[in-house]
Amino acid sequence: MMTSAFSLGRIIRLTLLSLGAIVFLSPYAFMISTAGKAQSDIFTSSLSLIPAHLTYVENFAKALSRVPMARLLWNGVVVCGLIFFFQVLVAIPCAYAMAKLRFGAARAMMVLVMLGLLVPIHATALPLYVAFDRASLLNSYAALVAPFTISVFAIFMFLQFFRAMPDDLIHAARLDGMSEIGIVARVIVPNAWPAVTAFAIFSVVAHWNDLYWPLIVISKQDYATPPLGLMYFRAAEAGDDYGALMAATLMITLPLVAAFLLAQKRFVEGITMTGLKG
Amino acid sequence: MASVVSMAAPHDSAAAHRRSEAQIAWMLVLPAMILLFLFVLLPVASVIVLGFTDFELGFGKFRFVGFENYAHLITDRTFRKSLWNTTVYTAIVAPVSILLGLGIAMLIESETAARSFFRTAYFLPVASLIVAMATVWQYMFHPTIGPINALLALVGLPGPNWLGSSGTVLYSLSIIGVWQSAGFNMVLFLAGLTAIPRELYAAAEVDGARSSFDRFLLVTWPMLGPTTLFVITISITNAVKVFETVKTLTDGGPNKASEVLLFTIYQEGFVYLRVGYASAMTVVFLLILVVLMFLQYRVLDRRVHYT
Amino acid sequence: MSALSLRGITKAFAGNQILDGVSLDIAAGEFIALVGPSGCGKSTLLRVLAGLDHADRGEILIGGRDMSGVAAADRNIAMVFQSYALYPHLTASENIAVPLAMRRLSRMQRLPFIGSLMPGQRATRVKIARDVREMATSLKIDHLLDRKPGQMSGGQRQRVALARAMVRQPNIFLMDEPLSNLDANLRVHARGEIVDLHRRAGVPTLYVTHDQAEALSMADRVAVMMGGKLLQIASPEVIYDDPAHIEVARFIGQPRINLLPAFAEGGVILCGGLRLMLDNAPDRKMPVTIAIRPEFVFLSRSRHDGLAARIERVEFLGSEVILHCRLEAISETIIAKVQPSEAAGLAAGDAVGLRLSPGRTLIFAEDGSRLAGSVATGDAGLTAGDAGLGSADAGLGSADAGLGSADAGLMAGHSQWERAHG
Repeated sequence: MMTSAFSLGRIIRLTLLSLGAIVFLSPYAFMISTAGKAQSDIFTSSLSLIPAHLTYVENFAKALSRVPMARLLWNGVVVCGLIFFFQVLVAIPCAYAMAKLRFGAARAMMVLVMLGLLVPIHATALPLYVAFDRASLLNSYAALVAPFTISVFAIFMFLQFFRAMPDDLIHAARLDGMSEIGIVARVIVPNAWPAVTAFAIFSVVAHWNDLYWPLIVISKQDYATPPLGLMYFRAAEAGDDYGALMAATLMITLPLVAAFLLAQKRFVEGITMTGLKG
Repeated sequence: MASVVSMAAPHDSAAAHRRSEAQIAWMLVLPAMILLFLFVLLPVASVIVLGFTDFELGFGKFRFVGFENYAHLITDRTFRKSLWNTTVYTAIVAPVSILLGLGIAMLIESETAARSFFRTAYFLPVASLIVAMATVWQYMFHPTIGPINALLALVGLPGPNWLGSSGTVLYSLSIIGVWQSAGFNMVLFLAGLTAIPRELYAAAEVDGARSSFDRFLLVTWPMLGPTTLFVITISITNAVKVFETVKTLTDGGPNKASEVLLFTIYQEGFVYLRVGYASAMTVVFLLILVVLMFLQYRVLDRRVHYT
Repeated sequence: MSALSLRGITKAFAGNQILDGVSLDIAAGEFIALVGPSGCGKSTLLRVLAGLDHADRGEILIGGRDMSGVAAADRNIAMVFQSYALYPHLTASENIAVPLAMRRLSRMQRLPFIGSLMPGQRATRVKIARDVREMATSLKIDHLLDRKPGQMSGGQRQRVALARAMVRQPNIFLMDEPLSNLDANLRVHARGEIVDLHRRAGVPTLYVTHDQAEALSMADRVAVMMGGKLLQIASPEVIYDDPAHIEVARFIGQPRINLLPAFAEGGVILCGGLRLMLDNAPDRKMPVTIAIRPEFVFLSRSRHDGLAARIERVEFLGSEVILHCRLEAISETIIAKVQPSEAAGLAAGDAVGLRLSPGRTLIFAEDGSRLAGSVATGDAGLTAGDAGLGSADAGLGSADAGLGSADAGLMAGHSQWERAHG
C-alpha cells in the first residue's frame, strides 16, 4: 500500500492507534505511579500520575517484606522450566513417530491428540487432586508439574512442523547408519529449533500465568508460584494500602514483561506460529 | 537400536524393516501415550464416573446416585446463574475482542511508522500476569479513589461502583477480558494479513476496486477466513474459561452476579469438597466446550478453506 | 497519436535510481517486449504505467490523455501478473467477472447480501455472465468455469488470468512475466498462444520478461532495459544484429556474444596479435571491446589460420556444436557455434584457428557505446594489408596464400600489442 507523507487517512489512523495505545497502556502507567504514592496521595488525587511525595522505597519495602519475591520467582522458574522440559521431551519423539514413521496405532494416536486438545486442566483437576491428595503429593513440585508434562498442543504443533520437514533429511541420516533415537536427537531436534522456541514462549507464558491448578494443590507459601504469591499478599494485606499493593504487583509483573520486551520478536513469532498452524 | 536389514530375501527384509520401524515408533510414542492415559483419559473417565456419585472428599464412603446430580443442577440457582453469567461474559468479550483485534491489526498493517511500538503496546496485556493486572484494574475501578471514576467526575458523569455493584460487575470484568485478549487476536490477524499476497491487491486495483472498502471486501476479508475461524475459536473458548479475574477480584459476588462456570466448579469441588457434584458440573462444562468446537468447525470450516 | 507514451519516467527509492528517464512510445496494436535482467526496473515501470506506483518525474499518456492523478482503476488497462493473482476464494467465472462487476454494478449492488436485493442488478449480472462465458470459450477454458484456482494447473490458471484481463477490452495490456511460472514445454506453447491472442484482439501490449529468447520471438519491437535506463528499442532483428550498447549485445543472444578486449589505433583494431581492418575503427588510440556472435566465428583446423586457440570443451547439441575455446595470445575464452560436420573429431585439448567475420564484428568503446554505423550485411571484402584474416566464405585459399606475410604480420602485431599493454 502506498502511503503519502501525511494524508488525512494517515492522520486519522495514527490518532486512533495512539489513543488506543494510551488506553491500553494506562493500567501500567497507574500501576507505576501509584506504587510510588503515599496513602494520603492515593486518596486525594487519583488522576495525577506524578506522586506528590516519592514513596517508592517505603512501598516496595513493605511489599518485599510480605512477598517472598525471590522464592516466588524461583518457584515460577523451576515449575515452568520443568514443565517445558518434560513437555518437549515427551512430545518430540511422539510427534516424530507420528509424522515420519509408519505404525499401527498412528491413526488412533491422532484421534487421541485431537480429543486431548478439547480437554483443559480445569476438566481433569478434580480427580487429579483427589489422586495427589491420596498420594500425599500435595504441596510439592511434583504436583505442580506432573499433570502438564503431557501437552497435546506441543504434539500437535511439532507434528505439523515435522510433516513439513523434507523426508530426505531423514533418509540421508538412515543411510549414514543412524539409529532412530539418534535421528531424533541429532537430526530432528536441532532442526526443530524454531518450533521449539515458539512453543517455549507459549508454554512459559501459559504456566507462569496459571492460577487454577496451583491454587488447588498448593496451600503453603513455600511452593507458591507468582500468581499464587500475589493472592496471598492480597489476602494478608487489608486491601487498603494500594501503594504497597501496586508495588507488589509491579514487582511480580516485571519479570515476564521484561522478558517480553527483550524478546518481543520471538513472542510474536511464537504466537503467530501457533496461530498459523492452527 | 539400528535395524540391520539383512540382504537375504528382499521380501523378508522389507517386512522385517517395517516391523522394526513399527517397534521403534511404539517406543517413541509410549511415554506420551502413558502420560495421556494417566493425566487426560483416566481423569476424564473419572470425572464422568464421579458425576454419578455423591463423593465428598473427607467422607470415606460414597454411593452411586445415577442422574441425581444432573437433576439437581437443573434446579440449582447458583449453577444457572453461573451459566447465564458465563454466556453474557462470552457474548461481550469474544466479539468485541475479535473486532478490536481485527481493527487494530488492520490499522497497524497499513501504517509504516512505529509499528513495533503499537504492536507491543497492544500485546503487553497478554504477556502480563493476569492476577497482577486484575489487581491494578481493581485500583482503577475503585469507586472513590480510582482514576476511572475521577475521569468521569471531570466530565460530570457519576461513576458507578464498577466491581462492587451487581449491575455492573460483569461488564467491568468484560472490560478487563477484552483488554487482556484483544492484543492476542491482533497478533493473529496481523499474521493473517501479512500472509495475503500483495499482488492480489494490485490485481484488485487494476480490476477496478477503487476504495479501501472495495479492496477489503474483495481481498482482505475472504483471505482472512482461516485466521478468523481460528481467532473466533480461541476467543470463545478462552472467554468460557474465565476464572482468574473472578477469583482475584470478586469471588463470584456481589451476590453471585459474577459467578462463572469455572468459579462455581472450583467452589463446589475444592472449597466445599463436594467432588461428585462438582464432577457433574465439570461434565457439563466439557460438553459445552465440545459442542462449541464442533459447531464452529462444522459451520465455518467448510466455507473457509480454498484448496 | 501513439496508443501509449512515456516521457522521462524517473523514480528513485532509498538511494537507488530505479528508473532513469525512461521514454517510449507504443503504436496502436503493437506488441512490445520489455526485457532486461532482474532488478533493472522493468516491473516497476509496469506498475507506474498501471497506476499502482508513482514516478518522481515524467508523464504518461494513454490514448493521448494525461494519466497523472488518474487512479489505476480508471486507466482502463489490464494486467496479467507473474503469479496470476487470481482470487483464490472465487471460481474461474467469478474471477473473470470481477472487472466487469466492478465497472457495471454500483457499490450497493455489489454488497454480499443486500446487493441481491437491489433493483437492476439481475439483468446486469446476466449480461456479465454471458460476456464471461464468451471469453472463456474463446480461450478454451469454459469447462473450468466452476473450478477454483487451487483446483487448476498452472497453464489453466494462466488462461483464466488472461481471460480476466481481456474480458473488458482495455486500452493497453500489461504483462509481467506471465510465463515464468510455467515449465519449459508449456512456456513455448503458451508464447504462441499469447501472440495469437494479441493478433486477434489488436490491443497494444507491453510484455515484460527476463528471457531474451521470449522477447525476440514474440515482439514487434524489443526494448532493452538495464539499471533503470532504456538502452535500445528496435525490432528484434536490429536488436540482435545492431545493438547500440555493449550491454544490449551481452544480454541478447544465446549462446552469449563473444567479447574480446582490444586496442584501436589509426583505424586498425589490434586484438590478440591480430590486426583487423574494420570499417569505422577509430583513428584515436583507445581501448575498445570487440564483439562477435558465436555463429560468426569460423573454425580452421590449423592454429595458424586466424587466432590460435585451444578447445576447452565441446558441447554437442544435435543440430549444432558449441566449442568453448581459449585464445592463446590473450587468454580469453571464445565460443564458436559450428555445424556438427565441421566439428567432427574435435576434442578438448585440440589446437584450432578461429577467424572472425569482419562484417559482423562490432566495436564498443570503453563506456559501452557502439562505435560507428550499421553493420555490413554479408562479409565485406578485406583490404590489402590485412594480416591473417581471410574473407569468411571465400575458401581458405587466399588466407593460405598470405600465410607467410600473415606470420610476419602476426609477430609485428603481437609485439605492438605487447608494448601497448605492458
